[in-house]
Amino acid sequence: MTPPAQAIPVHDQALSVSEVVRVLTLQAGHNTTVVTLAAATLGLAAGLVGAFALLRKRTLVADALAHATLPGIAGAFLLAALVPGLGLGPMSLPVLLIGAAVAALLAAWAIQLITRHTRIRQDAAIGIVLSSAFGLGVVLLGIAQRLDVPAGGLHHFIYGQTAAMRASDAMLMAGIAGVALVSTLALKKELALVCFNDAFAKVDGWPVARLDGAMLVLAVTVVVAGLQAVGLILVIALLVIPPAAARFWTDHLGRMLVLGACFGALSGYLGASLSALLPDAPAGSVIVLTAGAIFLFSLILAPSRGVLAAFAQRQTLRLRIAADHLLELIHDNAAPAGPVTLRQFARARAWSPARAGAFARVLSARGLLTRTPAGYEPTPRGRARGERVARNHALWEQYLVTHADVAPSHVDWSVDQVEHVLSDELIARLEAELEREQSGAPAIVPPTPDSTGREAGGA
Amino acid sequence: MKQFLVLDLVPLLALALSALTCALLGNFLVLRRQALMGDAISHAVLPGLVVAVILTGSLAPWGVFLGAACAAAVTALSIELIKRLGRVEPGAAMGVVFSVLFALGVLMLEQAHGLANIDLDPSCVLYGQPEYLAWYSAPERAGELLSPSAWASAPTPLFTLLGVATGTTLLIAVFFKELRIAAFDPALATTQGVHAGGVHAALMLAVAIATVAAFEAVGSILVIAMLITPAATARLLTDRLSVQLWLSAGTGVGSALLGYGVAANAPRLFGLPDALNAAGAVTVTLAAGFVVTALVAPTHGVIARVVRTRRLARRVAMEDLLADLYRHRDDPSRPSEIQRPDQRALDRARSRGWVTRDIPPRLTESGLRYAESVMRRHREWQDELVRRAGLDPEHAHLRAHQLEHLPDPSTLPCTE
Repeated sequence: MTPPAQAIPVHDQALSVSEVVRVLTLQAGHNTTVVTLAAATLGLAAGLVGAFALLRKRTLVADALAHATLPGIAGAFLLAALVPGLGLGPMSLPVLLIGAAVAALLAAWAIQLITRHTRIRQDAAIGIVLSSAFGLGVVLLGIAQRLDVPAGGLHHFIYGQTAAMRASDAMLMAGIAGVALVSTLALKKELALVCFNDAFAKVDGWPVARLDGAMLVLAVTVVVAGLQAVGLILVIALLVIPPAAARFWTDHLGRMLVLGACFGALSGYLGASLSALLPDAPAGSVIVLTAGAIFLFSLILAPSRGVLAAFAQRQTLRLRIAADHLLELIHDNAAPAGPVTLRQFARARAWSPARAGAFARVLSARGLLTRTPAGYEPTPRGRARGERVARNHALWEQYLVTHADVAPSHVDWSVDQVEHVLSDELIARLEAELEREQSGAPAIVPPTPDSTGREAGGA
Repeated sequence: MKQFLVLDLVPLLALALSALTCALLGNFLVLRRQALMGDAISHAVLPGLVVAVILTGSLAPWGVFLGAACAAAVTALSIELIKRLGRVEPGAAMGVVFSVLFALGVLMLEQAHGLANIDLDPSCVLYGQPEYLAWYSAPERAGELLSPSAWASAPTPLFTLLGVATGTTLLIAVFFKELRIAAFDPALATTQGVHAGGVHAALMLAVAIATVAAFEAVGSILVIAMLITPAATARLLTDRLSVQLWLSAGTGVGSALLGYGVAANAPRLFGLPDALNAAGAVTVTLAAGFVVTALVAPTHGVIARVVRTRRLARRVAMEDLLADLYRHRDDPSRPSEIQRPDQRALDRARSRGWVTRDIPPRLTESGLRYAESVMRRHREWQDELVRRAGLDPEHAHLRAHQLEHLPDPSTLPCTE
C-alpha cells in the first residue's frame, strides 16, 4: 500500500484552538477533509440502515456479518496473490471489499441454516458463526502475511485506520455508503412494513424473505464501507448506536430515520476530526465513543423516552394518584366534606407525617386544599374532584362485580389501581351500560357532578 | 522431543485448559440463551484489562482478574440498566455496551502503547498467540515431567489457567443442581430458594474470569468460539445436561489438541515453513466439529431428521391408502383415490402383503386388520378431540385424519 498522499497532522503538544477549528471546518488538508466527509457519509448511511436492523431486532446478526468479513478479506487477498492469472491486484481495495461482502453474506446464510435446521437458537448460532469465521480469518491472515507479496495493510481492516487511507479509498467508501443510503430510502416503505408487522406483510403478498435479504445486503454494504475507517469489530457500533439513540427522541419512524442518520453523520464527522487531532487515537474507537456519548446524552435527556423524562412522568402520575386518594378520603370521611388532619391522611396512605405534610402543601399550592385550624379542607375544586374520583371508584366496583366476575371482597383492591387511568369516554360508556342494566333499581352510583365542578385534566 | 517440550507442550496444555473451562461454562450460556452475553463480556473485558495493566504495570493475574471482573460487572449492569430504563431491545443494548467498551479499550491500549513495561499488542488481544507461551527452560526428557519440581519454571499463564480450570470444574460440580434449575426454569428456581439472579451474576463473573485466563492463549474473540461451539455441539447429541457437560468438555479439549496439531503440521505438508495461528486453527476445528455433528447427530442431526420425516411421510401415505380402501371396501362407485392410488404407497403396501395385486387393489386379511387399527385410532382421536378439547365433531374429523397416524390418545401424558 502506498503511503497516504498527504500526512494527517499529528502534534504532541497541546492542541491549539486554530488547529481544532481548522480540522472541524474541513480545512486541514485535502486528505483529512475527504476522510472526514467520507466518515460522515458512512455514519449517515449506517444510521439509516441500522434503524431498520434495530427495529427488526437483527443488530447482532449484523455484528456476526462484520466479524465474518475478515476471512473474506484474507481469502480475496490470497486468491489474488496465488492465482495471478485472474489479473487482480492483491491489495486492490475493490477486490478485498468484494471478498469481504461475499464472506459476510455466506455468514448470514450460515446463521440461517443453523437456526432453521438444528435445535441451536439464534444467539448461539450468531456466536458460533462470528467466532469461527473470525478464527478462519486469523488463520488465513497468518498465511497471507508469510507470502512474498506484501500484506502489511490487511490487519488494518480489523481496527480500521483512517491515517492509511488515501483520498481515492475514502471516495470509494463514501460511494458505497451512498449506494446503501439511496437504496434504503428507495425501500423505506417496504422495510418499515416488514419491521412493524411481518405477518401482515406476508398476508398482504409482500416478499418478506426477500425484503429481509435486502436488509441484510444493505447492512453488509454499510459494514464493507466502514471496514477501512472503523474496522470490522467496531463497525457494528455505527449500525446500532445512532438509531438506538434516535429511538429515545421519537416514536415516529420518519423522524427516527432522520435523527439516526444525523447522529451517525455527526459521530463520523466528529470522530474522524478528533482522531486527526489527537495522537494515537484510532478513528474507529473515537467515532464509536462519540456515538456512545450521543447515546448516553439521549438515554438520559431525551424528552419523550429518556430516563429523566420517564422519571418525571412517573412522579407526576404518583402525585396525581396520591392527590386523588387524599381527596377521595376527604370525600368519603364526612358527608359535608369536613377537614382531614394530616395524621389521618398519613395513616390512610401509610406515609410518614412529614411526607403527608409536604404533599398537602403541594395540593394547597395547586388550589385543591385550604388549610384550616382543624386540618385541611378541600376547596370547591378539590371537593368536585374528590366526588368524581369516588364516583369512578363506585362505577368500576359495579362494573367489576357485574361484568368481570371479580369476587366482591377483591373489588376494592383492583379498582384502586385503575380509577386513575379512566378516560372520560370510557366513563360515559360504563355509565350508560350500567344504567341500562339496572334501570329501575336504586342507583348505587352517585350522580355526576355538574359540569362546572369538573376540572380539566383531572382523573 | 526437546523441541516439543519447549515449543509445543505449554501452548497445547494452555489451549486444552482454556477449552475445558470455557466449554463447561458455555453450556449454561447456551441453555439460558445468553450466548451473546459471553460475546459481549469477552469484548468488554478489554478496558478492564488495559486499566489493570496500566495500574499494575504487568500482566499479574490478580490485577488482571480484578480488572476483568469489574469490566464484566460494568457490562452486565449497564446492559441491564439500558434495557430497563431506556426500554431498549436486549440485542441492541448489548451491541451498544460492548462496542463502546471495546472502543474505549482500544483507545486506551493505543494511548498506553508508549508507556514502559506494557506489551499488549492490539491484534494479540483479539486472537491470542499461544505459540508465544514457549517454555525455554523445559526439561530435556519427557520423563522428568513426572516430578513436580520440573514444572516450577513453566510459564505463569499455565498455572493461572490450571487454577481457573480447576476452580470452574469444582464450582460446576458442587453447584450443578442450582445451575441446572436456574438454567432451565429461573422462576421455579426462585420459588425453590435458589436465587436465579445470583446464579446468573456468578455465571457472568465466571465467564469474565475464564475469558481473561484464556486471553493470552486464545484472545478475546476466539474465546467466544470456545464458550459456545462445544456446548452447541454437545447439545445436538444429548438431552441430558450432565452428559452434555461431559461431551462439551470432550469436544472442547479434543478440538484444542487436534487444532493445535493441524496448525503445527499442516503447513509442512504444503512445504510452507511456519505454523498456522493455533488459536484460529482450534476455532476452525471446533466449527468443523459442529458442522459434522449437525449433519450426522443421531436424533437432532439434519440427516436423521430428513430420514425420520421421510419415513413418516411414507407411512402416512400408506396408512391413508389402507384407510381409503377400508372405507370403500364395498363401495362400487370407486372414488378417484382408489381409481388412481399413490403408486409408491401402493407398492409399499403390496410388498408388505397388505394389499392384493388386483386392479383395483383390495385389502388382504392382514391389511384389513391394519386398516382397522388405523380406523380405531381415528375414532379414538375424534372422540378425544370432541370430548376433551371441545371441538366441533366435523372439525374433529379433519384433525383426526392427521392424528390417526400417531399412537392412540391414551398414550398422551395428559390423559387420565
